[in-house]
Amino acid sequence: MASNEEILAGLAEIVNEETGLAPESVEMDKSFTDDLDIDSISMMTIVVNAEEKFGVRIPDEEVKNLKTVGDAVNFISGAQA
Amino acid sequence: MPRKVVITGLGATTPIGGDVPTMWANSLKGVSGARTIEADWVQQYELPVTFAAQITVPASEVLSRVEAKRMDPSTQFAVVASREAWRDSGIEDIDKDRLAVAFATGIGGVWTLLDAWDTLREKGPRRVLPMTVPMLMPNGPAAAVSLDLGARAGAHTPVSACASGTEALHQGLELIRSGKADVVVCGGAEAAIHPMPIAAFASMHALSRRNDDPESASRPYDTNRDGFVMGEGAGAIVLEAEEHARARGARVYAELAGTSVTADAYHITAPDPEGLGATRALKAALFDARAQAEDVVHVNAHATSTPVGDKPEYTALKAALGSHLDQVAVSATKSQTGHLLGASGAVEAVMTVLALYERTMPITINLDDQDPEIPLDVVTAPRDLPSGDIVALSNSFGFGGHNAVIVLRSV
Repeated sequence: MASNEEILAGLAEIVNEETGLAPESVEMDKSFTDDLDIDSISMMTIVVNAEEKFGVRIPDEEVKNLKTVGDAVNFISGAQA
Repeated sequence: MPRKVVITGLGATTPIGGDVPTMWANSLKGVSGARTIEADWVQQYELPVTFAAQITVPASEVLSRVEAKRMDPSTQFAVVASREAWRDSGIEDIDKDRLAVAFATGIGGVWTLLDAWDTLREKGPRRVLPMTVPMLMPNGPAAAVSLDLGARAGAHTPVSACASGTEALHQGLELIRSGKADVVVCGGAEAAIHPMPIAAFASMHALSRRNDDPESASRPYDTNRDGFVMGEGAGAIVLEAEEHARARGARVYAELAGTSVTADAYHITAPDPEGLGATRALKAALFDARAQAEDVVHVNAHATSTPVGDKPEYTALKAALGSHLDQVAVSATKSQTGHLLGASGAVEAVMTVLALYERTMPITINLDDQDPEIPLDVVTAPRDLPSGDIVALSNSFGFGGHNAVIVLRSV
């Protein structure tokens, strides 16, 4: 079980690896598309990497609801519980 | 008269240099790019061939990490070479609707394809990266160059095995002559130094097995040649309508005066022993260039160093150039670079353009005992080209019976 801070840090690392964005720019209230400029293909790569890192399953139909980094952190946290 | 087409930009990333100035300096010195492959998979799969000619400057040193992540190595090489060629052309302001791309590959994204297959088998379908298809498709290099430069007059991908890079120049010339574009970024890229293609080429006994001495393995025209050496990299050339180049005061390296592509229709891999298809390509390219056999002073030969491949090219040159062939100096630069497959024609075109522009020829290494059946005048030591109007040829032939020839004229 990871804390939300740990999930955020892990997600920031994955986003940095995929897009080159600085990890500190990946904040809870940031929108993946509007703020971080992440396209759908990068988003799918991030989702699959997050699944592996956190040992969760993020269904495809759920991905469209993950608008902000916080949405993703909360989903992963809930899925781990 | 068709539109005249000139060359205004050159780029390359190769086993003998990561840019054109380095490659050219090494090609005049006679440097071999062949080395033992330092990768675990050589031992893991007990490959019968343990060496290749790998690029000297990794694309990761030129491209950003994120750029590189979304590109197969073949596309990475294409982007590296085409950016150099574009910078070299000095083009700043251009109508991108009149800018096209003709970027070839022989094999395409083989690393991406096979990595994805491994991932599928080991981890399942969900782990197969969403960028897999755009990364493995053979038009990947052309598409990436088009995106990078904003070229909107079409992005084309000739695929004709080891003739691909030369066929890209043929296509570029046609695009400008027909009025569909004013500038075309042409080239070829290949990144197939992977255990599977090595195993496959080795199975057909196409590769040299001089595992104990890689630098001497690529030896075109030598009696002891035993196959080609796998190479990788890319070459890129900016073709431009002459009036377009003149209007912006561009530096012009040479004229792409004519091209030709023919097919042997003889055998899927073996060259026609009489070189008939190659002869037709040579004659047609000279005719296309309005050039005479007597104008030709230099040939960058296809010459891959296979026992069966080198001789039919000689036969074809003899048939096309006649007795004038005695006065033609031939360079077999695969002796240095290895065989870059679909990129080879583009890299060799860059060398041939520079030979005309600098009036000196790249040399052929490892020619210790010239095959008496191939009595060409091979350039084995630095040698200058004469002043005045001169013509040079570059040949490429590919599995499938593809023959491609370009005719370059000094300016």
